[in-house]
Amino acid sequence: MFSEFLQYLFTGITIGATYALIALGFTLIYNASHVINFAQGEFLMIGGMATVSLMAMGVPMLLAIILAVVLAGVLGILLQRFAIAPAKQADVVTLIIITIGASIFIRGLAQLVWGKEYHVMPNFSSDEPIRIFGAVLNSQSLWVLGIGAILVVGLVLFFTRTLIGKAILATSMNKEAARLVGIRTQLVLMLAFMVSALLGSVAGVVVAPITFTSYDIGIMLGLKGFVAAAIGGLGSGVGAVVGGLLLGVVEAMAAGYISSDYKDAVAFSMILVVLFFMPRGLFGAKVVERV
Amino acid sequence: MLKTMLRRAGKFAAIAAAGLVMSAQAAEPIKIGSFLSVTGPASFLGDPELKTLEMYVEKINESGGVLGRPLELIHYDDVGNASSARNFASRLIRSDRVDIIVGGSTTGATMAAVPLVEQAKIPFISLAGAVVITTPVKEWVFKTPQSDRMAAERILSDMKERGITKIGLISGTDGFGASGRTQTLEVAKELGVEILADVTYSGSDTDMTAQLTNIRNTQGVEGVLNFGFGQGPAIVTRNYAQLGIKLPFYQSHGVASDGFLDLAGASAEGLRLPASPLLVPDSLPEDDPQKEVVQSYKAEYEARWNAKVSTFGAYAYDGLMLAVKAIEAAGSTEPEAVRKALENIQGHVGVTGEFNMSPEDHNGLKADSFRILEVQNGAWKLIN
Amino acid sequence: MVNRFMQSRLRDLVFLAIILFALPAFLSNPFHYDLATQMAIIAATVVGLNLLVGFAGQISLGHAGFFGLGAYFSGIMTGSYGWSSIPALLVGAVLVGIIAWIVGRPILRLKGHYLSMATLAVGFIIAIIINNETWLTGGPDGMPVPSLDIFGWELSPFGSYSLFGMELDGNQAWYLFAALVLLVAVWFAQNLIDSPIGRALRSVHGSEVAARVVGVNTASYKSLVFVISAIYASLMGGLYAHFQGFITPAVAAFDFSIVLITMVVLGGMGSTMGVILGAVVLKLLPQVLADFQELETVMFGLILMLTMIFMPKGLLPTIQMAVSKRMKKKAGGQA
Repeated sequence: MFSEFLQYLFTGITIGATYALIALGFTLIYNASHVINFAQGEFLMIGGMATVSLMAMGVPMLLAIILAVVLAGVLGILLQRFAIAPAKQADVVTLIIITIGASIFIRGLAQLVWGKEYHVMPNFSSDEPIRIFGAVLNSQSLWVLGIGAILVVGLVLFFTRTLIGKAILATSMNKEAARLVGIRTQLVLMLAFMVSALLGSVAGVVVAPITFTSYDIGIMLGLKGFVAAAIGGLGSGVGAVVGGLLLGVVEAMAAGYISSDYKDAVAFSMILVVLFFMPRGLFGAKVVERV
Repeated sequence: MLKTMLRRAGKFAAIAAAGLVMSAQAAEPIKIGSFLSVTGPASFLGDPELKTLEMYVEKINESGGVLGRPLELIHYDDVGNASSARNFASRLIRSDRVDIIVGGSTTGATMAAVPLVEQAKIPFISLAGAVVITTPVKEWVFKTPQSDRMAAERILSDMKERGITKIGLISGTDGFGASGRTQTLEVAKELGVEILADVTYSGSDTDMTAQLTNIRNTQGVEGVLNFGFGQGPAIVTRNYAQLGIKLPFYQSHGVASDGFLDLAGASAEGLRLPASPLLVPDSLPEDDPQKEVVQSYKAEYEARWNAKVSTFGAYAYDGLMLAVKAIEAAGSTEPEAVRKALENIQGHVGVTGEFNMSPEDHNGLKADSFRILEVQNGAWKLIN
Repeated sequence: MVNRFMQSRLRDLVFLAIILFALPAFLSNPFHYDLATQMAIIAATVVGLNLLVGFAGQISLGHAGFFGLGAYFSGIMTGSYGWSSIPALLVGAVLVGIIAWIVGRPILRLKGHYLSMATLAVGFIIAIIINNETWLTGGPDGMPVPSLDIFGWELSPFGSYSLFGMELDGNQAWYLFAALVLLVAVWFAQNLIDSPIGRALRSVHGSEVAARVVGVNTASYKSLVFVISAIYASLMGGLYAHFQGFITPAVAAFDFSIVLITMVVLGGMGSTMGVILGAVVLKLLPQVLADFQELETVMFGLILMLTMIFMPKGLLPTIQMAVSKRMKKKAGGQA
């Protein structure tokens, strides 16, 4: 009985950690611009696919990963510079549609460059699963959790200890005031896109040995990341992490105990429950509208 | 009033034009229409299917075409969406005015086009598997893949031969998996196989450990069957190995490709599935009638595209060859004559199997056209 | 923008009617009629969605769920339970309206993107149920739907009809019917915009707090417009199902929700004529791009992105602005 529960928990936390990283990416961009970036999943795809294709060219794994993450970061900057910045007069909804266009475009390019097949990425370390109290844990899960934790701690330090981080935070709280104290808000927005692209691509790399990777892997994972961010309260960093883990665990428990047919429906119902009873999400801030 | 007049004038012009064209018909191409899921979640079906059609239409034209007329392939990508498939079928029939349709990668796409095809009376050879496509028989609709029901029959009888009568079933919630699940449940009842656990996963799931744990913890399960296609079954296979489940494991024909072995790796060792002989062309006995056609299709495809051949491309190969054979037998592209000819095709040896069509059977394949394969040392091995 | 639009609403309606009834002169085969009919039905759906987006400032990421629910309700009731089309359409619409009310009422009290999240969830849940309940819906492989009957009169794309002495085939008849439906949908939307409710809604879009201060119950107006837009989707879904004759869960899928909202934004949020143009363009684009094959996805994404970057107000408002600027210049030159 317990081993069963533990098994579901392991499964849930692993995938939940991935959701959390994607949700953090959503949160960063949302805070900086109120845009829901639907191209978030594509960063994840770029991370996995670029790593796999570089490795196929004979590049050592670690270097391939670094290059892939850098590529995604550059893509994040390009996305902000050439798609979001020129349309700065636009309504937020228009910006959201631009990110949808961007995600379709990036996916289309990836399909042209890398083809439509699924690809395998080897585990970072041993293929041998670890057994704990009768449950089985893929060694790659430890990598997902470990790197996820490091990124989260790094982000916290970035926002509380560095000037750039504080600038991003300040801009997200009040754009006008930030501008008045001399923060270049466009630059901040660009950084937000870059950091969230880095987060997404790292998530894509660490999870690829578990999920495989392909040009369209970002669609569903990106969406789940958004759901996680919504559950946690869009705009809250803690919420994104908790929302991601919670979503992963609930999915796994629902698949195991309730109904595998309806596990996704259970996940989506969570959004409704949270919105009905904790309308700002689990950790959403109370927003006062200025007249 | 004006409209009627215009229409009549149009009709008259059309008749006159038809008369003129008659004499020049020798050069008039035969239009083969196709809508396939070339991109999107079912692209692993549509992509090899399109490649196959393109390649063999070229080949046939090089060797003089059909009835002295060249073939013209008009194809669209339905991105795996049934509504787009229906719209492209409408375009093929009404705007492009094709003579025959060979296409429809998925059952949903096929079924969405069926009402149009039946009404327009255009022969349609589908490349999708579900049993509903040709059962009950629809006058104008044919299909080349074996039905999922045959796959279920083949798998469950192989299980019974090994003494497995209580199984766990895990299937995808996509069209292929859901239809396969329904057929498996029905066939299991007929064959006296008990399904003790019945779980599903959706096509985009990235981890099926929870579902498999559920099956593992069900008392009395003697074997496990996964009905699904795409990358899902590869993840199931890897999770199955990670959980250390030792029960005999079966997959469906949905993963019958070398690509699956690449994805699943060592985890696939020992699993069995029903497949067309395309995966094991060289282990077929010399007297097997399919050996030659299977070997040549594999060689030609791999030489042309520099990619591994797949069972799904073979459905398109068979579809095109059946269409050509029927048009040749009919001596024209007159739809009713082609339909009749298709219905009367006997003993046509294709890559998928031997087709024996009849007015009651628009598929023409038997369950034994599936061979049971087992993965041994990372390669397919013919069991029977 | 909204004000100018209001003054010209009758002109717009007449203009639309002229286009719709002149269009057949350019439709040369049944496939064109087929596509035009779908455009009209989808356009009517986005006219409804536009009420929510353009006049309540909220976006729905689950409208395909309502569309799909309407489609399946009609399909199941007429196909499996022998209902007639009209009651099936109406009961389906009421059902969808109730769901929208239940979801919208508590959430529309909140400011922000919460409705989009809730609708995303509702859309997905509807799509998952449709996909899983195979016994009722045919599952992922879809189900056939009988043709539309209006009190015993059957409208089928495969039938043949005569109207005022004109011979029409089924596709032409369906096109005329869909064109009429679109006109009614637009007329109703325009009346709503011009009604006290519409005025209240516009004030909501301007500043919610200000609207509340002057005594407008913003939440209930927003819920009402959400319900109306969901009912539009449900009714059009039902018609779409009857027209297509076969539906799959794709009609309720998230992708389609995105397509619908994209039509609104691309055409021009708040402009009824604009969103109709958006629907036409997005419905036509895949057909036009079909010849580009492998490049299709890339081009679609690129076109969408570029249009929104360079025409952030949407196609029609941008064109209108350009035209009126030029006319002003001309007038200035003459004086």
